[in-house]
Amino acid sequence: MRRFSWFNATSLTLGFAFLYLPMIILIIYSFNASKLVTVWAGFSTKWYGELLRNEAFLDAAWVTIKVAVISSSIATVLGTMAAIVMVRSGRFLGRTLFSGMIYAPLVMPEVITGLSLLLLFIGIGLDRGVLTIVLAHTTFSMCYVSVVVSSRLVSFDQSLEEAALDLGCSPLQAFHLVTLPIIAPAVISGWLLAFTLSLDDLVIASFTSGPSATTLPMKIWSSVRLGVSPEINALSTIMIGIVTIGVITASLVSKSNVARQQREERAAERLSAG
Amino acid sequence: MPQDVFAPWLDPDAKPIIQFKNVTKRFGDFIAIDDLTIDIYEREFFALLGPSGCGKTTMMRMLAGFETPTEGNILLSGQDMAPVPPNKRAVNMMFQSYALFPHLSVWENIAFGLRRDGMPKDEMAARVDEMLRLTRLEKFARRKPHQISGGQRQRVALARSLAKAPKLLLLDEPLGALDKKLRQETQFELMDIQEKTGTTFVIVTHDQEEAMTVASRVAVMDHGKIVQVATPAEIYETPNSTYVADFIGDVNLIEGKAGEKEGDKLSISWAEGQPDIIGTPQTSFDKGQTIHFAIRPEKVSITHDKPTNPVAFRGKVLDIAYLGNLSTYHVELPNGQIIKAQTANNRRISRRGFTWEDKVWVSWTDTAGVLLEN
Ligand SMILES: Nc1ncnc2c1ncn2[C@@H]1O[C@H](COP(=O)(O)OP(=O)(O)O)[C@@H](O)[C@H]1O
Ligand SMILES: [Mg+2]
Repeated sequence: MRRFSWFNATSLTLGFAFLYLPMIILIIYSFNASKLVTVWAGFSTKWYGELLRNEAFLDAAWVTIKVAVISSSIATVLGTMAAIVMVRSGRFLGRTLFSGMIYAPLVMPEVITGLSLLLLFIGIGLDRGVLTIVLAHTTFSMCYVSVVVSSRLVSFDQSLEEAALDLGCSPLQAFHLVTLPIIAPAVISGWLLAFTLSLDDLVIASFTSGPSATTLPMKIWSSVRLGVSPEINALSTIMIGIVTIGVITASLVSKSNVARQQREERAAERLSAG
Repeated sequence: MPQDVFAPWLDPDAKPIIQFKNVTKRFGDFIAIDDLTIDIYEREFFALLGPSGCGKTTMMRMLAGFETPTEGNILLSGQDMAPVPPNKRAVNMMFQSYALFPHLSVWENIAFGLRRDGMPKDEMAARVDEMLRLTRLEKFARRKPHQISGGQRQRVALARSLAKAPKLLLLDEPLGALDKKLRQETQFELMDIQEKTGTTFVIVTHDQEEAMTVASRVAVMDHGKIVQVATPAEIYETPNSTYVADFIGDVNLIEGKAGEKEGDKLSISWAEGQPDIIGTPQTSFDKGQTIHFAIRPEKVSITHDKPTNPVAFRGKVLDIAYLGNLSTYHVELPNGQIIKAQTANNRRISRRGFTWEDKVWVSWTDTAGVLLEN
């Protein structure tokens, strides 16, 4: 263990304060009784109640959830398939190009992704709305899923699938009965990641949505331009909560699996030694 | 007692269950299996023996359908296997890495293949329980594979491949992780299973003793080729090359030149100032041709007094390896050649006949060794 030093403690405190103070202030002010954001007038949950009566926000919330669930589910299926192909196919002509192309959207500026998708949708004459946001979100979150799943697949022992084939499974059954259950934690993490990415995307959604569909981040952004209201604080607090839960669950799912496996393996070693 | 010896490979009418016809397997430039032709017959217990990397697993994987031959054909019961996928072959394989399903319990692992066949529930339960009993895993049925020891995992893998009672069972080093006693028991268990079910076994092993115990025939492999296929006794007594002689068991190898032939005996000159070795060749040798004389340590006698054997040399005891039931003496001849002689310890150790630095005679009969070309 390193010794305690004032310098380390101070940098740590400042760093975390910088990261989390704004969010903490936002959360505190969402419980402010006053209409004025800058004046504290006692504790109240009335803005949460207001929020529930605000049709526009509720609509936006519904759109956001719909988009997030559908796009992350499609992205999980496609991303998993892409990961399997990339990990399994071995060498083929243009492999590096292919894997590069799967990962490129990870680093592509969102503005460019959004703009190019917008041009595409206009080009093929697709009416912008929930569908186009779903397509856009699927496109970029699929890459994240495939990164998460392929890192798990790399360590997957392929003789397990062969054993399943040997025992009479068709290739599809082997995947469904053996591979999928084993890589499930990675697939679930991938889904949660895609879900949270979709939930807090503003830029791509703004480019690809039309008048019929507004997501929550878009709604927040547009209302803040008219001035910050305590309702927005309440809404943001809820979103912070959801995203936090999502991220923590994703990491717990994969961590607890690793930890359990290690614990049980140690137990097995003791057993066989004794 | 007059009993029919099981030797279908000698019967020209016997139909092989497995036929490799000029099979070559390349991985890139690397030749893993090199123009291999072999027939394996029904109800055989066929052992593949060879050093690591010689292509044993590759042969198994081609039989199971996970690799396709680069050239040549593999026939199962006379049918070309090339277009048949692994799940449609009446073959089960026990993987060297076990390949147990980590998310399923021991019980479910064993039941896996039976479920795929749609076996009725109670019949399946009975079969799985029988397999658990056979491999002594009853107590571990509910455990997951990572909750049991290496040897137990190996037994689960064995039980899983046996459960479907296939016509052909491929075992890739199936008993390597078991301790000696359990290994021997399982070997007899396997032979018993074969008696009862008539399954054909192909087994890969590192352990020549195991191959000797269980196999009807042994194939010794080297670099993707089969060097010799024969019964365990033939392989041991009449190896066809120094490679096989050296690979199976302990052997003294002496290099020399063919001398005069007298009747069916051949003399071999091998060192200045030492008498010639007399041997009985199986093949003909030209005079002056290089010969490797191979003799097993247990065929070499060691005595204090000059023996009556036709081949005898004087030397001194350099080293003694005491193995309990046996002792191996390393005897150095005056020219530096070491001869290993093995004797059974039927007396207590304190009254053992020879000790270090003792002057002794090593000797053997003129039919005890084998004469090899290479
Ligand atoms: N999929 C593969 N790709 C390339 N080389 C392989 C592959 N499988 C096996 N080999 C090579 O073929 C040789 C024989 O392997 P194997 O059959 O596993 O040997 P063993 O007799 O030890 O079971 C080894 O040198 C191995 O490196
Ligand atoms: Mg092997």
